[in-house]
Amino acid sequence: MTKTIFQLKDVVKTVNEDTPEELNILDHVDLDIHEGDFITILGSNGAGKSTLFNTIGGNLRPTSGQVIYKDKDITNMSVVKRTSFLSRVFQDPKLGTAPRMTVAENLLLAEKRGGHHHLVPRKLKGEMKRFKNITAKMNNNLDHRLNTATGSLSGGQRQALSFLMATIKKPGILLLDEHTAALDPKTSQNLMDITDETIKEQNLTCLMITHHLEDALKYGNRLLVLHQGKISYDISGEDKKKLTKEELLTFFNDIQ
Amino acid sequence: MSLIISAIGQGLLWSVIGIGLYLTFRILDFPDMTVEGTFPMGAATAVTAIAHGVNPVLATILAFLVGCVAGLVTGLLYTKAKIPVLLAGILVMTASYSIDLRIMGKPNQSLLGLPTLLSGKFLQSLPPYFDGVFVGFVVITVVTLILIYFLQTDLGQAFIATGDNENMAESLGINTDNMKIMGVSVSNGLIALGGALVAQNNGYSDVNMGIGIIVVALASIIIGEVIFGDLTMNQRLVAVIVGSILYRLVLLLVLQLGFNANDLNLISSILLAIFMGLPAFESRFHLKHVLKRGLKND
Repeated sequence: MTKTIFQLKDVVKTVNEDTPEELNILDHVDLDIHEGDFITILGSNGAGKSTLFNTIGGNLRPTSGQVIYKDKDITNMSVVKRTSFLSRVFQDPKLGTAPRMTVAENLLLAEKRGGHHHLVPRKLKGEMKRFKNITAKMNNNLDHRLNTATGSLSGGQRQALSFLMATIKKPGILLLDEHTAALDPKTSQNLMDITDETIKEQNLTCLMITHHLEDALKYGNRLLVLHQGKISYDISGEDKKKLTKEELLTFFNDIQ
Repeated sequence: MSLIISAIGQGLLWSVIGIGLYLTFRILDFPDMTVEGTFPMGAATAVTAIAHGVNPVLATILAFLVGCVAGLVTGLLYTKAKIPVLLAGILVMTASYSIDLRIMGKPNQSLLGLPTLLSGKFLQSLPPYFDGVFVGFVVITVVTLILIYFLQTDLGQAFIATGDNENMAESLGINTDNMKIMGVSVSNGLIALGGALVAQNNGYSDVNMGIGIIVVALASIIIGEVIFGDLTMNQRLVAVIVGSILYRLVLLLVLQLGFNANDLNLISSILLAIFMGLPAFESRFHLKHVLKRGLKND
């Protein structure tokens, strides 16, 4: 059994508190994430997927409950502090990169994620060769555009860069929020393959929200289904490997 | 000719203000109204200090620091008290009017017969108006070189990223509040420095001299951008300086056409509106297309 790296303990997030519209978007959620877990997350709109990510990332404070990373209570730790061990890729390619800065400048910043930014020269030139090698792995010409402002890249290139930026410094936890959803099928597949490879290679702990049942089944060692703020389905290991799309669909129809 | 030299000198002195505003308006990407208050505050500080026998160099540095503090207040109101940045700037701008009166003890103060940055022996030996050109050139060169160095540091890159994509900056662990506070503070320090320079060049400080400063500063930024188009960050800083000089030359031209100095604020605003609206007009009326066709037919 591998080590538990991250825990949600009885986490509740309530919106519109003390009004008739009061609702628990996270409803007493308990979740143990083990080191090296690659968890795919499914759920309809409003099931609480984004709230779950925002609670893990620190953008939202839970109404009650605890968030724990490596045996340390981080429930009230700020977004900025959490970046020392947590990185994230968003659905919108525009969110993950700085448009007026070049590809190389973005990578350099990402490499210093969670560190201090001092008044010392950034030393970009010496890193160019290494950045070229890293970006070449993305198979999308990014390595020839290191000095291009990211604003003029294609959506696919920008999102590949966002993913690289999230993993260039190994994160303790990687959150992928439908990071291939805004891309065309081919580009999306390419990025998904690279994502899977990178996670295996670096043995990353990762949570990935997706709307593709196929992706949820194909990737990762564990699958969660969120429904009305609860984890209604949690399957891993051999059981997940055996799971078929039909079984998953039946399950979905049952809870609706 | 001497009018043109004077305009170039003015342009160089005023470019400090353009560069200062560039930090907030273009890099951090928000309008900071504090500048209308920090410009006369820098002037009041420097002139009063000189009148009390302080060395002009020290007085100018003091003006910079006072501007930094005023900017710091705006930054704190904006980031910590969550007051919208436009309003935060207006609050500090309004407050600074009273502070300027406190500093000077009266609405204006002359430097007649007092030493200034421009009254050294060497500067007085130069032909008329070259003192402004010299001082302006030295100051803006130093300021620009320091900024270029700063923007290439880890801190500078974090600062740029904050204005470029705040969401991303935060997710990379950059404390964006601190970056904004630092930016607004240094920006207003530079604008107060500009106020100190302009006051010493003009020979007086007036509590009302801040009116329209933001338009003047914006004009130098926008003129530079419209003329030079796509540039790297470092080139952009130089473009602001050139824009500032061009703006002074345009004003000179306007005065030569027979307009009154009292009309300058109106003319400045109209000029800026035209320059800022140009891209929109261009796409609406296909100006580029029309221009190209016009050239072909020649």
